[in-house]
Amino acid sequence: MRILAAGFAIASGLLVLLGYFVPLTMLLDIRLLLVQWAIILAAVAVLVGVLNLLGVHWHKVRTRQKGTAYSILLIVSLFASAVLGIVLGTNNTLMSFFLEAIIIPGEATLMALLAVTLVYAAARLLRRRVDLMTFIFLGVAVVILLAAAPFPFGKIPGAALIEWLLRDNFATAGSRGILIGVALGALTTGLRVLFGIDRPYGGN
Amino acid sequence: MNNILEITGLVVVLIAAGLLLGLTFIRRKTPPVFREIPAYTRLKRAIGISVEDGTRLHISLGRGGLQTPHGAPALAGLAMLRHLTEQTSVSDEPPIVTSGTGDLAILSRDTLQAGYKAASAEDLYNPATGRLTGLTPYSYVAGAIPAMRDEDVSANAFIGHFGSEVALLTDAADRTNRMAIAAADDPAAQAVLYASVDDPLIGEELFAAGAYIDAGASHRASLQVQDILRWVIILILLGGSALKLVGII
Repeated sequence: MRILAAGFAIASGLLVLLGYFVPLTMLLDIRLLLVQWAIILAAVAVLVGVLNLLGVHWHKVRTRQKGTAYSILLIVSLFASAVLGIVLGTNNTLMSFFLEAIIIPGEATLMALLAVTLVYAAARLLRRRVDLMTFIFLGVAVVILLAAAPFPFGKIPGAALIEWLLRDNFATAGSRGILIGVALGALTTGLRVLFGIDRPYGGN
Repeated sequence: MNNILEITGLVVVLIAAGLLLGLTFIRRKTPPVFREIPAYTRLKRAIGISVEDGTRLHISLGRGGLQTPHGAPALAGLAMLRHLTEQTSVSDEPPIVTSGTGDLAILSRDTLQAGYKAASAEDLYNPATGRLTGLTPYSYVAGAIPAMRDEDVSANAFIGHFGSEVALLTDAADRTNRMAIAAADDPAAQAVLYASVDDPLIGEELFAAGAYIDAGASHRASLQVQDILRWVIILILLGGSALKLVGII
């Protein structure tokens, strides 16, 4: 079974990869079909993941662990959303109300908290690592923020030059360098999986 | 023009594949030596402390689905998880894994099980230790923070696809005085991590985890292939710039 799973994974990976590079209609069709299957499986995996989430929180409730009230809230909300979504449909006004009144404000709160956390992290960086790169990092962040900020009198003098020099040249070049490194890492990681050297499936 | 790009892509993949297989299976008298990455040194120490203290490791795989371009960091995280599980299988508390997509949650459980099996401790495997905590960036973070706080975690490894919301995770680790190593593929997340963890992992260091925690010859070969290809790209960029400067292209 494990060999079959590995064989199917390796064959599928090779066919999809070849489909990218070799413009044969048959290969393109196979690639499209396999990608469609992958998307369907990913959707099924979401359902399995939600069941797992439910199981973890049910276990917390049963064993009366810390935060049981939150786990009960999660289970009730999950069932309520699922039942309402199935019965009323996702475009129903009640569903939209829940989305706009609970989920979006909840996420917006975390987003606001993130802004505070980032400012705090920047301030703590001076305590964490006092070196030249830290000063460059914080200095550039402050300069870019000032150059992008909308003041009552408009932008600060030289803002366009600062943005062009720091953001469009140095930052873009640096981030492209980082992305090339990430792409090379992704390539070798993908090849390890493709050759079956790394097998994060089938209990191997 | 399109054909040139496709052929170039295919050639790069074939060269990388050849080098990877060659460097993996060629037996060398001395293993390659890599520069020290402080984050991985700390992770190795944290593994030892976790086993001795009977505390848990928390591995966060992010929210990069395997059918998206962000799947590779998650695969690197899974490869690391496999070896961490094996190394900590003798601990009283198994590692917990949180992920933000269904496919990663399933694979993390499979990987945990494989790690226990390899360590001949399959009885200790608990499926609840690999879990989905949320499907959107902030719900994922909101679900992962209680796990970090309440489940006797002594060290955290955030390895995968994250956005700037990863700062909330590293902040939570910091507030509870738990060690954290973090790596992400997104440049915005890397900038955030630079400010919020002690030893940030930048760029391709994300994919070096396996080589640094002794996951095997293929992981060391991967790093060597990356180094070789990086030099080729540097030479091509310099050559291209020089040719452009003298007006040939």
